[in-house]
Amino acid sequence: MRSFDFLMRQRLAVGLVFLGILIASYVAVVVTEYDVVKGFQSIPKAVIWSSENFYPDEKSLKRLPKIIAKMQETLVTAVTATTCAAFVGFLVAILGANATRPHWVFSIVSRAIASLFRNVDVSAWSLILLFSFGQSMFTGYLALFFVTFGFMVRMLMETIDLSSADTIEALRATGASPSAVITQSVIPTCMPQFVSWTLFMIETNIRSATLVGILTGTGIGNLFDIYYKSLNYHAASLVIVVIVIAVLLIESVSNAIRRVVLQ
Amino acid sequence: MTPPTQMSLPRRPFDRSIALMRFIVVLLFVLTLYGFTALETGGVNMADAWSMLADNAATLFFRPALANVTVSELLVSLGVTIGLGFLTTVFGAVIGFGLALASALNIAPVWLSVLVKGFTAIVRAIPTVLWVLIFAVSAGLGSVAAVLGMTFHSAGYLIKAYAESFEDVDAGSIEALRAGGADWWHIVGQVVTPSAMPALISWTFLRFEINFSTAIAMGAAAGAGGIGFDMFMASGFYLNIREMGAFTYAILIFAVIMELIATRLQTRQTHR
Repeated sequence: MRSFDFLMRQRLAVGLVFLGILIASYVAVVVTEYDVVKGFQSIPKAVIWSSENFYPDEKSLKRLPKIIAKMQETLVTAVTATTCAAFVGFLVAILGANATRPHWVFSIVSRAIASLFRNVDVSAWSLILLFSFGQSMFTGYLALFFVTFGFMVRMLMETIDLSSADTIEALRATGASPSAVITQSVIPTCMPQFVSWTLFMIETNIRSATLVGILTGTGIGNLFDIYYKSLNYHAASLVIVVIVIAVLLIESVSNAIRRVVLQ
Repeated sequence: MTPPTQMSLPRRPFDRSIALMRFIVVLLFVLTLYGFTALETGGVNMADAWSMLADNAATLFFRPALANVTVSELLVSLGVTIGLGFLTTVFGAVIGFGLALASALNIAPVWLSVLVKGFTAIVRAIPTVLWVLIFAVSAGLGSVAAVLGMTFHSAGYLIKAYAESFEDVDAGSIEALRAGGADWWHIVGQVVTPSAMPALISWTFLRFEINFSTAIAMGAAAGAGGIGFDMFMASGFYLNIREMGAFTYAILIFAVIMELIATRLQTRQTHR
């Protein structure tokens, strides 16, 4: 009897959760004015349209060198922004982590700064930065830098507290100076995680860079936007092919690296 | 007289992972140096731009004010953006759950798993904004294209995340049920789903956070409406920094609340 009650109650709870999600979805459909029927109809339409128009043709292949050059530009921007943000983020994380902070005030300040930079979306940062830096690669670089910085501070603060705390305590007990603690304990113990998070953010930022490029008028995103708006769908699809190849390549390389580094 | 033999510590054995790590750090450093030489600034005077950014940031954060939209319009816009994020997460989760069952190696046939995983890898490689723009050609710019495009990318992401959570399920319990003659549905319903549930919930919530910020971006870059579109107008059309400040705060407050909930979900799980 008792187990029956328990099962019933569990089923009731699961049912209520599903009902809640269903109602919330209905509200979301109304608020966003999403046309469910049109949504379903659009999928086959998009498939038919893509198979007829959205493939690279011979003429578009002539644009390949330009597309690859823009892709390279975007990749370099994403990598540069990520590594700079990772480096600065590491410094701030050392100041803020419980195990290494000079004073508890630093923890609160670093957490607040990281939260601000991380939670304002990369597209919002782009729009804000456009005011002062105009349409240039540097605007995109800064937008990616800001978000990555916020993310890295949060993750590295956790990493320092989780993986370095013991060795830091041991070194402190021997009377080691703060700089010795950082170079002999924090950096060696955090390095694998640091490299892994940096690679992860490079992957993320390559995708974001396309979006940022559309907003700031640079890189591969802008090139896609130009082809798309001039209805040159063959060239636009070639841009997508190049992006897919680049992302898959970088993903598999960074996964392989991560496997060795985090072993 | 023989010279004193030099004392030396035995060499550390060669560590592959440390060597690779050093190589990666050096490589990224070189790439970054190259990146700085390649980074064009569009002829903007950097000193002026930085001081302007400082001014703008001060205006943005300390003097936010609405101008072209009312408070209730702002709330509706925020609701549209949250709605887009929620709806695409639900759709993505439903599709993701089904296809993750077809691609987790411990419960699905290998050929099907390879097929689904390969397909989703390509779906994920295409940035969300491009998915939305592709759908916009046949559905027109607006919420339909945004929902479809964002659903595609969310599903691709959740299939991978869910499948990995399923694969982490203890092989012994699956084996035990299989030995007892349970069929596939029993294994999925009684072992795989319940034991992966905490992981599924936290992945889904994480995706909701991502989709909220993607929904902002789609409003700004793909005409999906919501607070992203309002920001785009304030930035590119009205050039109103104070209004940008109000939108930024609206986004920030919601995102921070979501992050606090996510952190509580996580600690509850790890303390279990």
